[in-house]
Amino acid sequence: MRAPAASDIAAGEVLLSLENVSLSFGGVRAIRDVSFDIKKGEVRAIIGPNGAGKTSMLNVINGFYQPQQGRITFKGRTRSTMRPYDAARGGIARTFQNVALFKGMSALDNIMAGRTLRMRRGLLWQLLRVGPALKEEIEHRERVEEIIDFLEIQAIRKVLVARLPYGLQKRVELGRALAMEPDLLLLDEPMAGMNLEEKEDMSRFIVDVNEHYGTTIALIEHDMGVVMDLSDRVVVLDHGVKIADATPDEVKRDQNVIDAYLGVAH
Amino acid sequence: MLYREAGQFKTSYRSDQAIFPIVQDRWFMWGLIAFGFLVLPLFANQYLYTEVLIPVLILSLAAIGLNILTGYCGQLSLGTGGFMAVGAYASYNLLLRLPDTNLIVVFLFGGLMAMLVGVLFGIPSLRIKGFYLAVATLASQFFLEWVFARVKWFTNYAPSGSVAVANLDLFGFPIQTPQQKYLFVLAVVVVLGFAAKNLVRGRIGRMWMAMRDMDIAAEIIGIRPLHAKLSAFAVSSFYIGVAGALWAFLRLGSWEPLAFDINRSFQILFMVIIGGLGSILGSFLGAAFIVLIPIFLNQAPGLLGVPLSTAMISHLEFMIFGVMIVFFLIVEPHGFARLWAIAKEKLRLWPFPY
Ligand SMILES: Nc1ncnc2c1ncn2[C@@H]1O[C@H](COP(=O)(O)OP(=O)(O)OP(=O)(O)O)[C@@H](O)[C@H]1O
Ligand SMILES: [Mg+2]
Repeated sequence: MRAPAASDIAAGEVLLSLENVSLSFGGVRAIRDVSFDIKKGEVRAIIGPNGAGKTSMLNVINGFYQPQQGRITFKGRTRSTMRPYDAARGGIARTFQNVALFKGMSALDNIMAGRTLRMRRGLLWQLLRVGPALKEEIEHRERVEEIIDFLEIQAIRKVLVARLPYGLQKRVELGRALAMEPDLLLLDEPMAGMNLEEKEDMSRFIVDVNEHYGTTIALIEHDMGVVMDLSDRVVVLDHGVKIADATPDEVKRDQNVIDAYLGVAH
Repeated sequence: MLYREAGQFKTSYRSDQAIFPIVQDRWFMWGLIAFGFLVLPLFANQYLYTEVLIPVLILSLAAIGLNILTGYCGQLSLGTGGFMAVGAYASYNLLLRLPDTNLIVVFLFGGLMAMLVGVLFGIPSLRIKGFYLAVATLASQFFLEWVFARVKWFTNYAPSGSVAVANLDLFGFPIQTPQQKYLFVLAVVVVLGFAAKNLVRGRIGRMWMAMRDMDIAAEIIGIRPLHAKLSAFAVSSFYIGVAGALWAFLRLGSWEPLAFDINRSFQILFMVIIGGLGSILGSFLGAAFIVLIPIFLNQAPGLLGVPLSTAMISHLEFMIFGVMIVFFLIVEPHGFARLWAIAKEKLRLWPFPY
C-alpha cells in the first residue's frame, strides 16, 4: 500500500530477526531461547499447542513485553527496549487474539484511528478544520474507504463496533491494522471463532494483502489447513521452545511436531 | 417525513465530513444561532438573561471542557471547579495589573493559565486510572480552593477575600448590560463550541476516544498515552478556564473562592452525565437541564397554585437530579444526547416502523 522507499529492504531479505529470545513471567518460562527470522514479503506462520508462547512472541515483537534475553533486529536496527507506539512508528501493526477495537467508535472511526501516525496537522488546524486540515482528513478518508471496499464492509462503516458480530469486528480490526500501511503485520488468530465462510473471506483478505500490497505477515493460526494454504514458512513452538522451522509440508511430516500435537485436539 | 435524509446523497467525502451531515440539522443549527443573536434580544428581559441564558451558555462551555476530558478521553475529573477558579483569578489578575488589556486577551489568558495548571495536575493520569485519578483530581480541587483563599496576592489582598470587576468593554463597546453580556458570551460559546466539535471529529478526537475505549490498542496504533491524555487535560482545562473567567466576570461580577468549590465540580459533572458523555450537544442539553430544573421547580408550584416551601423545593431538586443521574448512569450513559439521537432515528423512519 505504500510506495517503496529506497531505504526499504528488498523482498526476500530478512525484515525481522530474533536471536536467542527468552521471556518469563515469574516462574513461567513462556519463551525459551527462540531464534527465527521473517523475510520481507513472506507469510510466516507461528503455530503450536495452547500455551506454547505464540501470543507472547508477538507481544515481544511489538514491544508489549520486554524479553529478559535476546536480540531483536527490525529493518536492520537492533533494539534493546521499545514501547508499542515505537513499534507502530517503525511500521509494525497487529491484531489481537481477542478483538481489541475501540468499542465506542464507529467502524469508520476505528479504521481512521489507524491513520493517526500518518496525519500531521496540529491542534490549531484541527480546531478550525478548514484548508489543510480538512484536506488531510479527506485524503485519509479516501485511503480508508479503499480499505473498507477491500474488506467489503461498506454497509457497516457508520455502525458502532460494539454492535457488530464477532466476525465483522475481526475484519474491522484488520482494517485498522491495514490503515497503518505497515511493513510487518502481526495477526493473532485472525480466524478464531469464525465459521467456514468467514474463514474463507479472511484467508482471501490475508492473501490479497500479502500479494497485492507486498505486506509481510506473521500469522498465528490453529487451523492447519489455513496454515498450509497461506504460509511460506512455519515456526512451531511448544512450551516456549522452538521445535521446528520449515516449509508447511516439511512441518507437517516432522515427528517432533506430530508428537507435540498428539493428544491436543484442534 | 419532514426529517429525512432520503435524496441527500453524499457525493463526496467532504460533504460526509460536514459537522451536520443532514441538511435539516444544519438549518436547525444556523436557525438556532440566528435566533440567539437576532430574535432573543428583541424580547428577552433581564431575568432571562442573567438567570437563564448567560448561566446556561457559560456552564455549557465548562461542560464541554469536562466532556472532552471525561466523555471523550475517559479521564474522570472532580477538579472542574478548581480549574474554573484558575481561569477566573488569572483573568482577574491580568486585568487588575494591566487594566488596558483587551477583554478577549484577558479571557484567553484565563484559559491558558487553567490549561497550564490542568496539564500539571493531569500528569498523575499517566500512572493512575479511574477511582484513583478521581481522588487525585479531587485533591487538586481542594488545593486550588485553598490557594485562592489563602494566598492573598491572587485576591489583591481584599480583606473580605471577595474581588470584583466592573465597566468591562471590548474595543470600546461596553459589556455591561445583561444583553451586552449575553451577546458576548453567546459569541464566545458559538466559536468555542464549533471548535470543540471540529476537534472531536478529527485526528485528535479519535486519539482521545481510542485512549478511552482501549488504551493498549491505542498504543499499538501509535498513540502515545502521554500525548493523548495530556492534550485532553490541556484542551479541557482551557475550556473550563475560559468558562470560569466568563462566570466570574459576566455572571457574578464579584465573587469569592467559594463560587468555585467542590459543588461546582459536581454540578458540571452532573451536566455531563445527564447531557451525555462524549457529546458536545449533550453538554448543552445537560447544562440547560441543570440550570432550568430549579427555576422550574420554583415557578411551577406557584403557577399551579400549590405553594411549596423553599426547603421542599431544594429537596425535590436533589431527588430529581439523583434519580436522573442514577437513571442515566445505569440505563443510558450517553444521556439526553443519545435519547435525542434515538428520537431522530425514529423520526427519520416515521410513519413507517421499519
Ligand atoms: N502476562 C502474563 N503473565 C503471566 N503469564 C503469562 C502472561 N502471558 C502469557 N503467560 C503465560 O505464558 C505462556 C504462553 O502464553 P501465550 O499466551 O503466549 O500462549 P499461546 O501460544 O498464545 O496460547 P493460545 O493458543 O492459547 O493463545 C502460558 O503459560 C501463559 O500462561
Ligand atoms: Mg495466543
